[in-house]
Amino acid sequence: MLPFVLRRLGLAVVVALLVSTTTFLLLRLAADPAQALAGEGATVADIENIRRMYGFDQPLPAQYWAWATRAMTGDFGDSIYLKSPVLELIGDRAPVTITLALCSIILAMAVSIPLGVVAALRPNTFLDRFALGTAVVGQAMPSFFFALLLILVFGVHLEWLPISGSDSWLHFVMPSIVLGYYAMPALMRLTRGGMLEVLGSDYIRTARAKGLRPPVVLFKHALRNAVVSVVAVAAVQLGFMLGGSVVVESIFSLNGLGRLAYQSIQRADFDTIQAIILMIAGVYVLLTFLADVLNAWLDPRIRVS
Amino acid sequence: MSALLEIEDLVVDLPVAAGTLHAVRGISLSIARGETLCLVGESGCGKSLTSLAVMGLLPKAARRRATRMTLGGEDILDATPDRLSDIRGQRMAMIFQEPMTSLNPAWSIGNQLEEALLRHRRVRRAEARDRAVFLLEKVGISAAASRLGQYPHQLSGGLRQRVMIAMALMCGPELIIADEPTTALDVTIQAQILRLLIDLQREFSMGLLFITHDLGVVSRIADRVAVMYAGEIVETGPAADVLSRPNHPYTQGLLDCIPRPGTVARGARLGTIPGVVPNLAGRIEGCAFLDRCPSRRPHLCRQPVELRGLGDGRAYRCILPPADAAPPAPEPAFA
Amino acid sequence: MSSTEGTVGAVVRPPDAAAGEPAAPSPRTILRRRALAHRGITIGGGILAFVFFLALAAPLLAPHDPYAQDLGRRMLKPIWEATGTWAHPLGTDSFGRDYLSRIIYGARVSLLIGFAAMILSGLVGTALGVAAGYFGGRVDMVVTTLVTTRLAMPAILIALAVVSLVGSSLEIIILVLGLLLWDRFAVVMRAATQQVRNLDYVAAAQAIGCSTSRIILTETLPNVANPLIVIATLEIAHAILLEAALSFLGLGVQPPTPSWGLMISEGKSFMFFEPWLICIPGFALFALVMSVNLLGDGIRDVTAPENRT
Repeated sequence: MLPFVLRRLGLAVVVALLVSTTTFLLLRLAADPAQALAGEGATVADIENIRRMYGFDQPLPAQYWAWATRAMTGDFGDSIYLKSPVLELIGDRAPVTITLALCSIILAMAVSIPLGVVAALRPNTFLDRFALGTAVVGQAMPSFFFALLLILVFGVHLEWLPISGSDSWLHFVMPSIVLGYYAMPALMRLTRGGMLEVLGSDYIRTARAKGLRPPVVLFKHALRNAVVSVVAVAAVQLGFMLGGSVVVESIFSLNGLGRLAYQSIQRADFDTIQAIILMIAGVYVLLTFLADVLNAWLDPRIRVS
Repeated sequence: MSALLEIEDLVVDLPVAAGTLHAVRGISLSIARGETLCLVGESGCGKSLTSLAVMGLLPKAARRRATRMTLGGEDILDATPDRLSDIRGQRMAMIFQEPMTSLNPAWSIGNQLEEALLRHRRVRRAEARDRAVFLLEKVGISAAASRLGQYPHQLSGGLRQRVMIAMALMCGPELIIADEPTTALDVTIQAQILRLLIDLQREFSMGLLFITHDLGVVSRIADRVAVMYAGEIVETGPAADVLSRPNHPYTQGLLDCIPRPGTVARGARLGTIPGVVPNLAGRIEGCAFLDRCPSRRPHLCRQPVELRGLGDGRAYRCILPPADAAPPAPEPAFA
Repeated sequence: MSSTEGTVGAVVRPPDAAAGEPAAPSPRTILRRRALAHRGITIGGGILAFVFFLALAAPLLAPHDPYAQDLGRRMLKPIWEATGTWAHPLGTDSFGRDYLSRIIYGARVSLLIGFAAMILSGLVGTALGVAAGYFGGRVDMVVTTLVTTRLAMPAILIALAVVSLVGSSLEIIILVLGLLLWDRFAVVMRAATQQVRNLDYVAAAQAIGCSTSRIILTETLPNVANPLIVIATLEIAHAILLEAALSFLGLGVQPPTPSWGLMISEGKSFMFFEPWLICIPGFALFALVMSVNLLGDGIRDVTAPENRT
């Protein structure tokens, strides 16, 4: 187990390094931060001044080194627009995004796992085809269009749910549906495929030969083995949701990280964008690591050896 | 001898792309308490499907039919799924061919042994545990108590098959069905497992339906033998008689394929059965073995050939006279 | 089944013969028949072909100039509403531009970006994946790390940032999406190459002294073509959806170019009163993406029925 953990930690460090350099280079090469800082109507002299002041005249590796050494100590710089430390901003906005992502993934699993199990128990029946058909349709639905439709129906027409803001849990219902449904087809297919494979396995036949009742065979012997990979993928999907919440957050005016990132991009707020991307990458690596640990823990072949 | 398992005219059909595969075509057999019946045949002859049909574990698509199927007098043909699951594991248990994949990798072997007893008897977990330890020792596993917490992947194939045997014995069943339980194991382990199975069968006087393709195994363990070909029983009778004086050309052919010290000369060619097994997708009229038979009489073999009883517990499905040249019994009968 | 009687004399009767097939059809014919019998392929392929036709023949099909504004004829209703007219079957937008013409021209943008981004990401991903699968060892480790890094970076944020800072044009969007969506190609091609690589005929090719590039091009690639096609369709759908999302957020295709995502964005302000302004481009987008997905699923079913999940 220890070598496995160490190897994953090594990978995490390499990925953090690669992500930070890539974003750093991308952002620096894409635009001139001094110009962005100075704003419109600044004179050439002003821009030169700012460039020297912030060290933008240094070669890129030196700039990166300066940024990285500060980042190691937890200082990710200040937002040029909001004039406060980036870390504080992220701390303020993260809870909304985390709540949203967790609600979404729980919703996605609550819908797709039972659906996948039922589809696998009755393969090639109406129910199975219906589930697969829904998955195909779901995958093709652009999330922002789906969000607008929900707003039209439940927000405007039926007036059941609030359409913007993050004041109550009701505000999270539609955003969670929009963010969660995108993960459903993949999880549903995975559950169905896993269950079909497990249900055809020899040890399920053994369990039935022992006279075990169908629910015990299904839950204790089949689902337990089929769901491992589903949970692992769900953990990774959670990582994608954190990074992909920008569309949902801006449609429903949720003040989370996605919206902060979007606003920072529009304001060319380099340090904030850089820190958010790095943080999302870090969470992703952490979640894939946790998924592997969970996998190992659920599977005695890895746990006990 | 009272019959423990009785099967009359069992038919199993499997739907396939090209129609229906008649995998088992009217099999009748019976096993007495404490008796070992070996069901012998090549792969694809329907012997495994026969065993699964008895357990009620056929694949969903398969169609099963029979005139009668009873275990200790109780009907297991039209029993409700609930009742059948009460019988499975309790009155009849099964040991499978693949010990490597037949145990659930996610649960400890203790858990998997205990649940068999907990399902059928009102016992406490501690009692189930004691029974599991007792049986693990019985099947020759040392330090049985400490094995309970282990997982299948920590055991070798031979050990896993011992665990499977212990699991089958948990409720003290009257009938054990073993579907090629030694085929997947190393040769040395094969002999041990075989010995173990026979000892246990005698000790607990259970009926044993042993499925194999290996006539060597049959000669060592069987009281009676039933030879299957293309979904039918072609010859049945006491094992010693059938093996020493086979009546059916197919049985004879199988025996010729085995090297026997003293009988087959060093360097001599072993027998082969020419041709291939007929396709069971269509209907077969007449003798299924006709095309491969060395002594066929095409004009006689085109009609359905009945299983002919010889009175001494033997029967065979061929128009030829019995090997010991006794005049054939006039009317067909069941073994 | 009619031909079940048969004599025992027919020893080997292939299952096909019972179905009354005259002669053994070639694999290609079988594949074509299976494809035509597959509902996903016929429906998906049909819709996709239709959208292609719209895009290619846009100048002939569009009743109006998609850019021509007519402020006197703003937000006319589509034909199924009471006040709709055949002059503008799908109505007009808030600038008085003909909605049908904009939808037809919008197909060009979606298809162009979808296919171009797929080709670019396919080249990058396939090269990396095949290299990792074929060479293994260090190369494999580097590629795997690159894939993890790519997956760790939130695609939409990176795309938004780059497009926002560099400025958006079709070329930039294609380039950014192409360089962001190669991960699945790499993962799948790596696995497929590893499988093929261990087969005997590759070993045989090595044994007779074929060069590495020759083995990859002539022995390995043709045998991983099927998963490649499936991933390609998925990535087309992915790229189309991402472009639409970028345009919706105002950082993709810029006005006045007709893009379905942009049209939804422009219609959003009026959607409470004129929901069809978002529903028409939304449905177009949905239908296109679904057709590509159906086609991809169908190809997977037909080429590898055993892998169906």
